[in-house]
Amino acid sequence: MTASIRKLRGKLTANYGVLLGFAIGALALLLVAPAVLSDFRLSLLGRFVCYAIVAVGIGLTWGRGGMLTLGQGVFFGLGGYVMAMHLKLADAGPSGVPDFMRLYGSGQLPGWWEPFRSPVVTLIGVVGVPSLVAFGLGAAVFRRRVRGAYFAILSQALAAAFALLLVGQVATIGGFNGLNGFRSFFGYNLFDPVNKRMLYYIAAGTLLAMVLIIWQLYRSRYGELLIAVRDQEERVRFLGYDPANIKIVAYVLAAAMAGIAGALFVPIVGIISPASVGVVASVTFLIGVAIGGRATLFGPALGAIAVAWAQTSLSESFPSFWIYFQGALFVVVIAFLPAGLSSVSFFKGSLFRRRGTGAPRGPAEPLSPAQPSDAASPPQPDLSGVSAGSEPRQ
Amino acid sequence: MEALFSQLFAGLSLGSVLLLAALGLSLTFGQMGVINMAHGEFMMAGAYTAYMVQGVIADAGISLLVSIPLGFLVGGVMGVILEATLIRRMYHRPLDTLLVTWGVALILQQVARDIFGAPNVAVRAPGWLSGSVDVGVAHLPAARLFILALAVAAVVGLSLLLKATPLGRRIRGVVQNRDLAETVGISTRSTDRLTFFIGSGLAGIAGVALTLLGSTGPTLGTNYIVDAFLVVVAGGIAQVKGAVIAAFGLGLLQATFEYSTTASVAKVMVFVVIVVFLQIRPQGIFSVRTRSLA
Amino acid sequence: MKIGFLNSLSGTMSISEKTVHDSLVLASEQINASGGVFGKKLEVVSEDGQSEPTVFAEKANKLISADCVAAVFGGWTSASRKAMKPVFEGTNSLLFYPVQYEGLEASPNIFYTGATTNQQIVPGLDYLKQQGVKSIFLVGSDYVFPQTANKEIKAYAKANGIEVKGEEYAPLGHTEFGTIVNKVKAAGAGAVFNTLNGDSNVAFFKEYRNAGLTAAAMPVMSVSIAEEEVGGVGVDNLVGQLTAWNYYQTIDSPTNKAFVQAFKSRYGQGRVTSDPMEAAYTSLFLWKAMVEKAKSFKADDVKTAAGGVSYQAPEGTVTVNGENHHIAKTALIGKVGPDGLIYSTWSSGSPIEPDPYLKGYDWAKGLGG
Repeated sequence: MTASIRKLRGKLTANYGVLLGFAIGALALLLVAPAVLSDFRLSLLGRFVCYAIVAVGIGLTWGRGGMLTLGQGVFFGLGGYVMAMHLKLADAGPSGVPDFMRLYGSGQLPGWWEPFRSPVVTLIGVVGVPSLVAFGLGAAVFRRRVRGAYFAILSQALAAAFALLLVGQVATIGGFNGLNGFRSFFGYNLFDPVNKRMLYYIAAGTLLAMVLIIWQLYRSRYGELLIAVRDQEERVRFLGYDPANIKIVAYVLAAAMAGIAGALFVPIVGIISPASVGVVASVTFLIGVAIGGRATLFGPALGAIAVAWAQTSLSESFPSFWIYFQGALFVVVIAFLPAGLSSVSFFKGSLFRRRGTGAPRGPAEPLSPAQPSDAASPPQPDLSGVSAGSEPRQ
Repeated sequence: MEALFSQLFAGLSLGSVLLLAALGLSLTFGQMGVINMAHGEFMMAGAYTAYMVQGVIADAGISLLVSIPLGFLVGGVMGVILEATLIRRMYHRPLDTLLVTWGVALILQQVARDIFGAPNVAVRAPGWLSGSVDVGVAHLPAARLFILALAVAAVVGLSLLLKATPLGRRIRGVVQNRDLAETVGISTRSTDRLTFFIGSGLAGIAGVALTLLGSTGPTLGTNYIVDAFLVVVAGGIAQVKGAVIAAFGLGLLQATFEYSTTASVAKVMVFVVIVVFLQIRPQGIFSVRTRSLA
Repeated sequence: MKIGFLNSLSGTMSISEKTVHDSLVLASEQINASGGVFGKKLEVVSEDGQSEPTVFAEKANKLISADCVAAVFGGWTSASRKAMKPVFEGTNSLLFYPVQYEGLEASPNIFYTGATTNQQIVPGLDYLKQQGVKSIFLVGSDYVFPQTANKEIKAYAKANGIEVKGEEYAPLGHTEFGTIVNKVKAAGAGAVFNTLNGDSNVAFFKEYRNAGLTAAAMPVMSVSIAEEEVGGVGVDNLVGQLTAWNYYQTIDSPTNKAFVQAFKSRYGQGRVTSDPMEAAYTSLFLWKAMVEKAKSFKADDVKTAAGGVSYQAPEGTVTVNGENHHIAKTALIGKVGPDGLIYSTWSSGSPIEPDPYLKGYDWAKGLGG
């Protein structure tokens, strides 16, 4: 009896913790930041928030699902390009053709651009196109049980191939230059500082919404299954679930988030180009997630913002030093702090505590796709405190 | 006829370059499940070794012949250092090795930039490797023939090492069943380290060879790393013959697609072929049967 | 008075952009030593573009709105320029862009101090035609500059009776030129027009030489290989090949000798000077002349005063075109010498007026919309 009461209380306090963290985050993003930051810095923060949205999705696939996606740039790019195509068409006016097509191409609008004249189709496309691509790829890859390192390498090659494809298409998609020079966003002038602030609020609000969605997902039965698949895929299969489906859902969700992030990135930054979707960009998304704690709720978003902030301010003062710093971050965090800063005792509040850890190592197969990353991290006390639905303490 | 033959050779030659880049990877990835993203930077180190040697030995031919074993040594030593300091801690976390070695790769590139400067450096090719060789049907570039021969030699050498030496038996034992190998008294620690030495050394040789074809600069390795991994994935782990077939297969495919379309489109098509192929054989062309699940 | 330098000091493009940064720094030091601009010393704010267009846009924004610089100097790739263009137009600020590019652009807020196509590519073709070349093969990297340039080259060739035997593109950073060189060899054109970028040149020229092709039998005209790049490609692989630029280190004039001398004593005797470096160096002096003519640092005043401003640059006299903000420059065709420097073998004689949209050329009708 007492056990279940304690469990209930644990649940409640844990939820309070999450809600408190969420409230602090909302306060910081929606009230404090706009009040203290200049327009320029605020628009920078807007860009970082876009990265954070991608990071939330990576936390889901990589942290909770054990799928190391080195190709999130592809989905980021798909969402971004869909939005950019719409903005270009809107700037060109009804039945107009974007400027670069007249300069570099035949001046004819390719048929597959046409649907994105419509704002509704665009908004659907921003989520739909990345999701569909992720579903197709995920279905092909996960059903054939391609996973672990193989999946990581394939996703990286996908990013390389996608960037290459874009670079070659100068006349239809802007090539290496990408798409840029947008003047308005659904009718709002993009040069107006008020509208730039509005964009920031949209991005920040979207990030908060994504975190809420992920939180509910983590608390659900599906969240438990995803962790189970990460730690012991075969056992989940023996229990009658199809791990492929569980993985595909996470992969598609993460792709949709990356797509939305890309779509917000375009009006905030004013450009989307192959450099933002390729291998390097895709891997760079990961470092913030790793630092924040890949399996935590708030960690990936906080880490992504912190790393992007550090990059901007460090590279302003020491250009080449940033590369060393970035390299060192990968090495130190992944090798020595696999749970991110959340494993540093100072941060061990309920906000950062991981769940579902301490899984036994997989079979002695060197390429075991399971991601028992915790085996190396220091043993974590009090594993069950936050976990809704985990074993009650005795 | 000559065009066809030249193109066939271009494919084989590209295959041999891919093979040199991927051979060491298939060893380290295959045996230890370590995804070493810094492999490309070991190639870069090999290329810079060739550059440094040329500073000491003026004769391009002799310096090339000296560079090959020296490049092996430089790559190998860097590999052992990486293994001993970082990878050793992470054998049970293969995906994390990928990210850690990515970080190492970033650092090594910047180190190269700071030591040698950002611009490419020039490595002269010896006279007997410039120009082409008449083989009856076509004129083939001598440098590419040399690299083809080097790749074949590397494969033969590695196969002999794996098949006919005690070290090779130990390596194969560890690949097939690490726990059992340990139980019968094989030191998996030292086997791992030696394997890493050899695998990384092969990257060094690849780097030396690449100076004959392309630029020698800080980003030399990044141009090849993704392709090299695709070769390993398509070939299947832990088997030299898988890497050989995959490398030449991909080389010929790329050259064929490129001849009929463009280089960019060809690369994308090769990627599609690999994904489709993995639908049919997720484990690659060859794989070692183990009794472990999945 | 603050000015901003925005070059990639890290990343893949730092190879080239660091040299531009060096010559900009040299120019600012020289200007300050001689009393500054309009009586004010220059204070340089340097930012790193990190070889990424988005970063260029962001840093340009920072230089303008946070540092309040009077003008920004820098950019290299077309992508970086296109990314910065809306920023400068939106805030009505000034950018000086020092690299030859594909034309088809004339922003009121950008001054283009490198060549546009009619000052580099068209003279290159004129030269080949004069040499009696009847057919050409086009090799380029797969991005905007080569594709646009080749469109123009094909139009020129059609009008001038030159046969285009083939057109091949390699992905940026591509280093496998076996197939492309095979195609070039099989086509047997009179010359190759090369718009490859960066590392690809190294692999291409090595493959070219290994395939037994020579500058004597089938010369290669390159538009992206300057003195800086010759060392990396290898002098052996380049001797006798052609380049089209507006400046070479070997130009025999007192102004150039002083520039080369100053550059070497500032950065080391082993350094070379190249066209984009000279264009960047010149851009700062041009801006100085514009400001002093306008008697104001305000962007609008500088723009109004810009037309007709002239400067005795190391490459010769250059004059700003007030309408399209490009500058009139002399075209020079050069040959790579055994010492790795490039020697001018042909000159357009007088400065060519910039014509970014090729409006003055009949064969170019229909290009660029």
